[in-house]
Amino acid sequence: MSSVEAEERTEARAPTDISNPNTFHKVVDCQWACPAHTPVPEYIRLIAAGRYSDAYMINWHSNVFPGVLGRTCDRPCEPACRRGRVEKEPVAICRLKRVAADSKDDITGRLPKPAARKNGKRIALIGAGPASLTVARDLLPLGYHCVIFDGDPFAGGMMRTQIPKFRLPERVLDEECGYILGLGPETRFGERIDSLKSVLDEGYDAVFVGCGAPRGRDLDIPGRKEAAEHIHIGIDWLASVSFGHTTAIGKRVIVLGGGNTAMDCCRTSRRLGGENVQVVVRSGFAEMKASPWEKEDAMSEGIPIHNFLVPKRITHEGGKLTGVVFEKVKAEYDAKGRRKLVPAGEPDVHMEADDVLVAVGQENAFPWIERDVGIAFDEWGMPKVDPVTMGSTHPKVFFGGDAAFGPKNIIWAVAHGHDAAVSIDLLCRGEDVRKRPGPLVSLASQKMGIHDWSYDNDVSLDLRFKVPHAPQEMTLKDVNMEVELGYNQELAFKEAQRCLNCDVETVFEQKLCIECDACVDICPTDCITFTKNAPEPELRGQLTVPAKNLTQDIYVSGALKTGNVMVKDEDVCLHCGLCAERCPTGAWDMKKFYLETAKAYACSR
Amino acid sequence: MTYITKPKLHHPGLKTNKLGYTHRDYEGRISTLCAGCGHDSISAALIQACFELELEPHRVAKMSGIGCSSKTPDYFLGQSHGFNSVHGRMPSVLTGANLANRNLIYLGVSGDGDSASIGLGQFVHSVRRGVNMVYICENNGVYGLTKGQFSATADTGSKAKTGEINADSPIDLVSLALMLGATFVARSFSGDKKQLVPLIKAAIAHQGPALLDIISPCVTFNNHAGSTKSFDFVRDHNEAVNKLDLVPPRKEITADYEPGTTELVRQHDGSYLKLAKLNAQYDPTNRNAALAYLQERMKAGEIVTGLLFVDETAADLHGHLNTVEAPLNTLGEADLCPGAEMLESINDEYR
Repeated sequence: MSSVEAEERTEARAPTDISNPNTFHKVVDCQWACPAHTPVPEYIRLIAAGRYSDAYMINWHSNVFPGVLGRTCDRPCEPACRRGRVEKEPVAICRLKRVAADSKDDITGRLPKPAARKNGKRIALIGAGPASLTVARDLLPLGYHCVIFDGDPFAGGMMRTQIPKFRLPERVLDEECGYILGLGPETRFGERIDSLKSVLDEGYDAVFVGCGAPRGRDLDIPGRKEAAEHIHIGIDWLASVSFGHTTAIGKRVIVLGGGNTAMDCCRTSRRLGGENVQVVVRSGFAEMKASPWEKEDAMSEGIPIHNFLVPKRITHEGGKLTGVVFEKVKAEYDAKGRRKLVPAGEPDVHMEADDVLVAVGQENAFPWIERDVGIAFDEWGMPKVDPVTMGSTHPKVFFGGDAAFGPKNIIWAVAHGHDAAVSIDLLCRGEDVRKRPGPLVSLASQKMGIHDWSYDNDVSLDLRFKVPHAPQEMTLKDVNMEVELGYNQELAFKEAQRCLNCDVETVFEQKLCIECDACVDICPTDCITFTKNAPEPELRGQLTVPAKNLTQDIYVSGALKTGNVMVKDEDVCLHCGLCAERCPTGAWDMKKFYLETAKAYACSR
Repeated sequence: MTYITKPKLHHPGLKTNKLGYTHRDYEGRISTLCAGCGHDSISAALIQACFELELEPHRVAKMSGIGCSSKTPDYFLGQSHGFNSVHGRMPSVLTGANLANRNLIYLGVSGDGDSASIGLGQFVHSVRRGVNMVYICENNGVYGLTKGQFSATADTGSKAKTGEINADSPIDLVSLALMLGATFVARSFSGDKKQLVPLIKAAIAHQGPALLDIISPCVTFNNHAGSTKSFDFVRDHNEAVNKLDLVPPRKEITADYEPGTTELVRQHDGSYLKLAKLNAQYDPTNRNAALAYLQERMKAGEIVTGLLFVDETAADLHGHLNTVEAPLNTLGEADLCPGAEMLESINDEYR
């Protein structure tokens, strides 16, 4: 090889390796963004086809709680959705999932059966929330004896205690927890663990800690102690409402905090007698941690959100709370773009209230883990956890959900549970927990005829459909009445049709291409360019429409007959298949990419 | 052909021209031609050229005859005027339309069958008369609609898909146009939009008869080994004499070019054709030399492409006939029907 050749080779962008599952997985933006990597487009197509039970089962295997998540998921898939980059809004993935759960037939016959024979291994699961339940579900069919501990008398964890029933009806949670309890774990509910050592002493083969982040952060400002009777910690108060211990609140309520817990607190207050309920947040509106739709729902119930106000002291009279004094602040940014809240120099604000709910964050708490059992903690009091195996520094103890890396959300807890279950299974079989089974992947042509594909490639131009709500005059009167009615089947079909089928991949066969440009000419989003190869940054600039979105890969072929390469910017491809239809030689094909992450009960063992 | 319509959604980063249009606003209906047809690339090049020229679609009239090529006006400029005439008669219809309204831009879209066989007489007379038009011949050397018989432009010795060898001599529309007085003559290849788009733009800007002979492989019947109009053959034998850039009238030309490498040709409308010479000897303003060179290279089996001839002093049919400036449909009754007295005085002239 001459030196000139060598230089050219190092400079030009290497062809895309489509044998690496990540290549096409990344194109399925929703699935890639989902912590549990749920095959989203596949189940959306099944919903469009009216095959709700099949759609549900795909979800169930992947995310364990489709009915719960279809109402409460944090939806990392939706901001990732490609549709949001070619028109205004992403596909309503989350609410379609709910349709699958609501419209399915009885699927109990399709669930794994309790293991006929036990394998003799005993696993302790601490906490009965989504992470532990996922571990139990993945291990029980294999014959593991799982013992689930929880301080509360029911399964569900934070899904039951912290999510109000007007967002998540109890029957939905009971049903999906029931599928797991039906696999026959030993439940030790109502039994609070106060020593990990004592659990380990019971001789389990592995212990999974999925106890959540159970401590609500408090406020330490003047007047807090004096007016304590009417100041409540958000998550504790929500739990108390959930269990029916709390049934009323004052007429004037101030909720402190800008996260989803704050949104649940204010909306619950509206239903328990709060007439003048206000949310007060330190930060600006856009920086609030609450999901945009949760903020919208709160505001639509007549709850104002006040921003840039920092609580300074609680006012009280004769031991009774009268309100909160706030300092006005403004945001300032330093050279590095970090935000700092500084006093705005305006007079303080006093807001009157009968009750104050504090929802300013949650903390992990492990007072029950002895520091000498072999589990290392970091400087913030969090256990050191391997993000791949979910293992701690103790070979038999695993963590997951909020207990592992601090408060996240349900779908992360499920993803952790799957990974921990794989680890526990490997551990119990005496194998290396770091040698992980790969995902199950398939790639199959969808061609049925010259213009026939086994998916509906005609791109819908509909905008996102709104989810119907129950009338507010009814929902505000009943803390248990579900607000969202969900899509009916007709709306679900239309919304499902908005999905671009990103899992039906454009696959390019270099040796068949005659460089006729037909694909370039037909592509509605100008994704495809035939050009001279160059280092990636230059190559991106050479495209018909430069590929400026660096979070999206470009698909590059090897050198063609003319010396050019095919470059496809994956960013806004509609997956309409027109490139493949207009290709005279079949160099383009539409192939469905299906990926299921390894589960303990469903990977090659 | 394709069954679904091309989705309306487009790339959010698409450029718009001064009219606020993206290139997608110049599209027509989805093509019903075979997948990979060279004609579709020509349609795409026309779309790109009209987008870049910032043409208002209603200022363009697309005329065509019969054949695969003549179907294509349906697939670009969906908002423009169009007339799909009978076989080989596009030049007459275009001439008539042009005489009635000289303010429109006329794109005559034809093929080798429509122009070189049934419509050859029409072709030569429209060029000879100097009709201000862009005459596009989408040239694939075969009758695609009737399953690939040789057309009149097929080269001697070219092999049909059935194995037959062509014994007849080809008609070269470029040479014909040069002989007949066309003032803008170019040849290009559907598979080379970098060359084709500027040529279309320059042809549209040119005020006079402009011929674009565009080799456009028929993927179904004429894209095999032995064909002289296949993608591979054209790529291997393409001899581009120059590289064209159209500089719009408002843009000042500042750069100095080394003599002999770049030539500037000023057009009627004040725009410039900037020609980068790939063949230093080739002079695109010399009609006779162009003819001789084309003959010589044709004998050598090469396909000469690029801007082959341009005459910046072009005049057109309206100038020859001294016709009225305004389109006929804007004239009032008094102008169109000046009365019996006027008729009488005209008749007197001939008595």
